[in-house]
Amino acid sequence: MKSGIKISGITALLSVILTGTVAAQIGKPFIHDPSTIMECDGKYYTFGTGGGGLISEDGWTWNSGAVRPGGGVAPDAVKIGDRYYISYARGTGGHASEVYVMWTKTLDPESPDFGFKDETRVAFSDGIEDCDAIDPGFLLDPTDGRLWCCYGTYFGYIRLVELDPKTGKRVEGNEAINIAIDCEAADLEYRDGWYYLLATHGTCCDGANSTYNIVVGRSRNVTGPYLDNMGRDMLTGGGKMVLAARNRVMGPGHFGRFIVEDGVEKMSCHYEADLDLNGRSTLGILPLLWKNGWPVAGENLREGTYEIESERRGYSLELVVDFVRMAGGMRGFGRNANEPVKPVPSQELADVIDTWPTGNIGVRIGDYMTRPHQKWTITPAPDSSGYLGGPYYKIVIAGTERALAATADAEVITVPEFTGAPEQLWRIDQLTDGTYRIMPRVVPNSDKKLALISIGDSTPTLAEFDMNSDNSKWNFRAH
Amino acid sequence: MNAKHKTLFLAIIAVIFTGLGLQAQNFPTGRQMDDPTKRDTVRSIAPYFIQAKKSKKTPDAQGFIQRWLLLEPIDKPNRSNTVFTDSYIREAFTTEYFPGQFTVLPKKGEKVKVGEQMLTWHALESTNFNVKLFRFAYGLHKQTYGVLFWAVTVVNSPREMQNVRMAVGSNSASMWWLNGEEAVILSGDRRMVMDDCVSPRLTLKKGKNIIRGAVINGPGMSDFCVRFLDEKGEPVRDITISYK
Repeated sequence: MKSGIKISGITALLSVILTGTVAAQIGKPFIHDPSTIMECDGKYYTFGTGGGGLISEDGWTWNSGAVRPGGGVAPDAVKIGDRYYISYARGTGGHASEVYVMWTKTLDPESPDFGFKDETRVAFSDGIEDCDAIDPGFLLDPTDGRLWCCYGTYFGYIRLVELDPKTGKRVEGNEAINIAIDCEAADLEYRDGWYYLLATHGTCCDGANSTYNIVVGRSRNVTGPYLDNMGRDMLTGGGKMVLAARNRVMGPGHFGRFIVEDGVEKMSCHYEADLDLNGRSTLGILPLLWKNGWPVAGENLREGTYEIESERRGYSLELVVDFVRMAGGMRGFGRNANEPVKPVPSQELADVIDTWPTGNIGVRIGDYMTRPHQKWTITPAPDSSGYLGGPYYKIVIAGTERALAATADAEVITVPEFTGAPEQLWRIDQLTDGTYRIMPRVVPNSDKKLALISIGDSTPTLAEFDMNSDNSKWNFRAH
Repeated sequence: MNAKHKTLFLAIIAVIFTGLGLQAQNFPTGRQMDDPTKRDTVRSIAPYFIQAKKSKKTPDAQGFIQRWLLLEPIDKPNRSNTVFTDSYIREAFTTEYFPGQFTVLPKKGEKVKVGEQMLTWHALESTNFNVKLFRFAYGLHKQTYGVLFWAVTVVNSPREMQNVRMAVGSNSASMWWLNGEEAVILSGDRRMVMDDCVSPRLTLKKGKNIIRGAVINGPGMSDFCVRFLDEKGEPVRDITISYK
């Protein structure tokens, strides 16, 4: 875990309504132009420019080790049947370039089944035409099984060609189509009747001064026209922002999409510069949101102190403790309008903690009153464990080590001290609608994947996640 | 991975630039094109430009102005476009490179001397909504990188039009004037996006209005697109474009 995201107990005690940092990824996630992330035999892979790539056991800690022959630049990947197809580009001089496709049955270089086969050129540019055939991106159209590949950079057009999904070869007689200009690192996606062209604008390869950003247009047809939210064709430079620089990471580019399950999607990219990692180009994985039919980069929950609000009614997660009244009563009637105005102090932890039991305390959901038993400090777990795109989190009552935990009977309680036990670690995924799913890393004595659910307005439990139910969704409010 | 990065990468693997010789391409632009593209054997500004005609010309369906007087590129070396700060380009664009730069309406075929360069004005019509300066320079065997272009055109308005705006996109930075007054400036390492930067409210006077523009670029493709928008943001099309 990076020192920058560690939070000491003292800091935690002092942090009230604090939003902190969140790492891009941990390990040595150094890469440029990452391909779409692939999952193979329980591991995650992404390939980058120059050959090779990154491997992750859990999707959070990434290190080098992936193997891709051919060198060249900016690969992409797609799984079709039992094959992983990889595309990449090789320059042959100036803006003359070639896009190649090859396949392997496994991405694990240690497997006897590993080995790329049938490399074939699917597109090229002659160095003079208005295209530089690099930066390929696949789309396997889920509506009809057709395979497409877009490619190109700032030197002219982004183009689209059709490939044979059985071989990866260019469909005979297929003609390239111009679908965008003045962008690069394009990728195509399909969702709910729309084809999306995600591409990178701005300046590449200038470290912290890179202005790379990811934009999108959409079309009802894979061949375009791809229009942005203002109706501008990407052939005239149109594009709606998906992700730009934020916090300590600069220049995101090379979009990739990973669908975890219904309602849980991730986007991958590289940051031209992660200021917490020597300003190097690093892998980024973020929640992918869809708002009004447009993809938007979400954000991993930053460490901080939050109200945890149920999407069901808007009530908030709280300890089952006696409600402690604040001093004073009715303040509105019969008062002298000219009395001096002074603030009324908030209720503090010290005002109430002695009224709480010292052992396990149950959890319920109640109307939020900004009281200490409703404030949760959330930090990445100290063991650096994680899942695709995020760390497991420790969730404690602010100013204490009282930790939220799953029980063997699939309920939720708090324990007086955080121990790092897996039932005290929580996976927090921002969902495609912007709300969050909260899941314990494990439910003791169970192999079920359960999530924190509002079974009643005021009652939480652990149950199967349902993207179509507000019972399964939560919001984090920093007040 | 952009061209610059790719070039660095290619350098690393010791692939030397080749093939940037005397060949140009000859395919139709637009949404559909053929691939592979045939290499042509003679550099040409076709199909990106045709010689400007004397016939009446209105903006295209989206209001883009396609008839321009273009000066062959001025040598302005820049290895990177990241230097195009506001102050840099304001100085670069207000420098006088040739006499009458900000006052004289150049004539087709007229030559001007800029430093050691003898440059010619060309009266052209873009076949695209945008004006592909890279193709203009490449087709004329001129330098394509490290360049500063000047563009001039005449907008003939049938009446006074108040509260219009000049909407510009350019690759890379550019600066634009209407009737001698600064209209809009596009700083930074820009890619051409229609309506990227829009001027304050302007008035097109009845009759002739002169637009001047300057576009600067280091490496990469240079181009621009210009149109006028009315108060509702709709393209102004009831104007005509000439170069005299």
